[in-house]
Amino acid sequence: MTVLEISKLRKAFAGPEGLRSTVIDVSSLTLAEHAQAALRGESGSGKTTFLNLIAGILKPDSGTIKIAAREMSSLSEPQRDRLRATTIGYIFQTFNLLQGYTCLENVLLGMSFGPGVNREFAKALVKRVGLADRFNHYPRQLSTGQQQRVAVARALANRPKLVLADEPTGNLDQTNAREVLALIREACRENAAALLLVSHDREALAQFESVQDFHQLNQACAAANPAAEMTP
Amino acid sequence: MTIPLIVYKSLRQHAFSSVITGLSIALAGALLMSVWSVKEQSHAAFTGLTGGFDAVLGVRSAKLQLVLNAIFHIEESPGNLALADYQEIQKNPNVQLAVPIAMGDNYRGYRLVGTTLEMFSQAEFAPGQRYRVRTPGRVFDPTAREAVVGSFVAQKLGLKRGDEIHPYHGLHFDEEKEHAEDYIVVGILEPSNTPADRVIWIPLEGIQKMTGHDPKAATDLSAVLVKLKAGSAIAGQRLNLMYNKEGSRLTFAWPIGQIMAQLFNKIAWFDHVLALVAYLVAMVATGSILASIYNSMNERRREIAILRALGARRSTIVSAIILEAAAIAASGMLAAFAGYFAIMTAVTSIVRAQTGVLLNPSAFHNVMVWAPLAMIGLSALAGIIPAMKAYRTDVAENLTPIS
Repeated sequence: MTVLEISKLRKAFAGPEGLRSTVIDVSSLTLAEHAQAALRGESGSGKTTFLNLIAGILKPDSGTIKIAAREMSSLSEPQRDRLRATTIGYIFQTFNLLQGYTCLENVLLGMSFGPGVNREFAKALVKRVGLADRFNHYPRQLSTGQQQRVAVARALANRPKLVLADEPTGNLDQTNAREVLALIREACRENAAALLLVSHDREALAQFESVQDFHQLNQACAAANPAAEMTP
Repeated sequence: MTIPLIVYKSLRQHAFSSVITGLSIALAGALLMSVWSVKEQSHAAFTGLTGGFDAVLGVRSAKLQLVLNAIFHIEESPGNLALADYQEIQKNPNVQLAVPIAMGDNYRGYRLVGTTLEMFSQAEFAPGQRYRVRTPGRVFDPTAREAVVGSFVAQKLGLKRGDEIHPYHGLHFDEEKEHAEDYIVVGILEPSNTPADRVIWIPLEGIQKMTGHDPKAATDLSAVLVKLKAGSAIAGQRLNLMYNKEGSRLTFAWPIGQIMAQLFNKIAWFDHVLALVAYLVAMVATGSILASIYNSMNERRREIAILRALGARRSTIVSAIILEAAAIAASGMLAAFAGYFAIMTAVTSIVRAQTGVLLNPSAFHNVMVWAPLAMIGLSALAGIIPAMKAYRTDVAENLTPIS
């Protein structure tokens, strides 16, 4: 069973001169349940836009995105918000933790937009990412590695079917990057969530059996920069 | 649970501006409630306070001046009337009680009012309530130089039974105008919360025959306080016709409440100005909520984007912003009650010192319900503007930190 199914996805943005340029043009992508896949892409290649389309934060101009058999692009915005909250976990390069909320509250807040708050599960997740003694710490009191661990716990809070990770190790040193990546993969496995990670970090990508080049996947990127297709 | 948590966290994160804005709401709310309450209470107190009398008889003058002078003891006397005028109205079949008063002297700024024993034995300042002298103590002997001191005067001047007082000539205190007579305080009045608390009562003849007063006016009176018999409307009209229309020498100020209401009508513009100022302050305070939240929207955009990325709906964000505005107003209005009691206590003290009338700072008024509701409602309305800005926040654009 596929958890993510993308077909003929296109997204264009108006440039400063009013001309629309296509940023995403992906003909097909699928991700099976519990699968873990990575996309390799350089900065500015549209990776984040692609993930935002999958998450329903952006609406495509055309094409379809099915998340757990639900057609995301045909949903209204509140329905997309609901689907995102209940089905997708999102891990950002910049963590995007809420600074006024404690470690545990960040996880609980993630739950509150989904199926509901489960305090025990939130605590278990925070413990699972190695922050059992940091429940009541604010993000500013945590190291960058710890902050990303909280973000991982938050992404898994609603038992999502799909976790999107956008350069999750981009702001971490090598040791932390290795640990956090391993944590993301293990935690996804444990929680039966599929993982789609985008990164340009060779070491991170080397951990995945399935790595696809985003420049090849995204025809808009290939058209704009043919040389990039040659990048190994 | 989610929206209140977001509101609480936001209030904490913007604690300083929230507290300052809340204080401006508190001040505005306190001012609004106080202006309203003082207006209502003073109107009720001054139009309802008659000292138990229906009318005042005095020399030809403005009715309002007569009432203010004879009932409230705050206006100059318009002149004297003869003893015969008092005797005539006393005999009038429509009159239940006529109490003469004479004024013209003071003790350290507090008026000495000469009167007869009927003031204490028959007059009721409120239904069933007569002026009572504290125990131990008694009412003055009309033939002796004795005084009964109003409770407020006793408190302010520290007078007690057995003290000696020296009257001063005139209604305003002047050390050089001391009379030769000495009066002994024989009683202190129980508080009545009427202007009677602010005067010193002595026998009528004491004022009339004080050394230095014109011997030719030794039987003159300042005014006669009149209580009409039951069914006083017709009786009052008869006397009104007799003194005010057919006669030209005396004025029959009746009914007292209506005359005081006319005073309030005359100064209604002042009430309106005060109310307008209070409304404007309330509007400005409400606007400060708008400004405070709106100005913080730039720094909130990323937070809003994160919340949206986590699955929060636009409506959740909008509700949280509006609720935050309402919460600031609600906490401000809670503090406004403290400000209200402080203002009312100060105003009550001033009004009591100036008129003897006691307002009640803790009395319930409708304004205590509608003002907080209006302030919270207006603030929530004001919150719609920043909420709309939050509504339009571009999630994808604001998820990355602003470097």
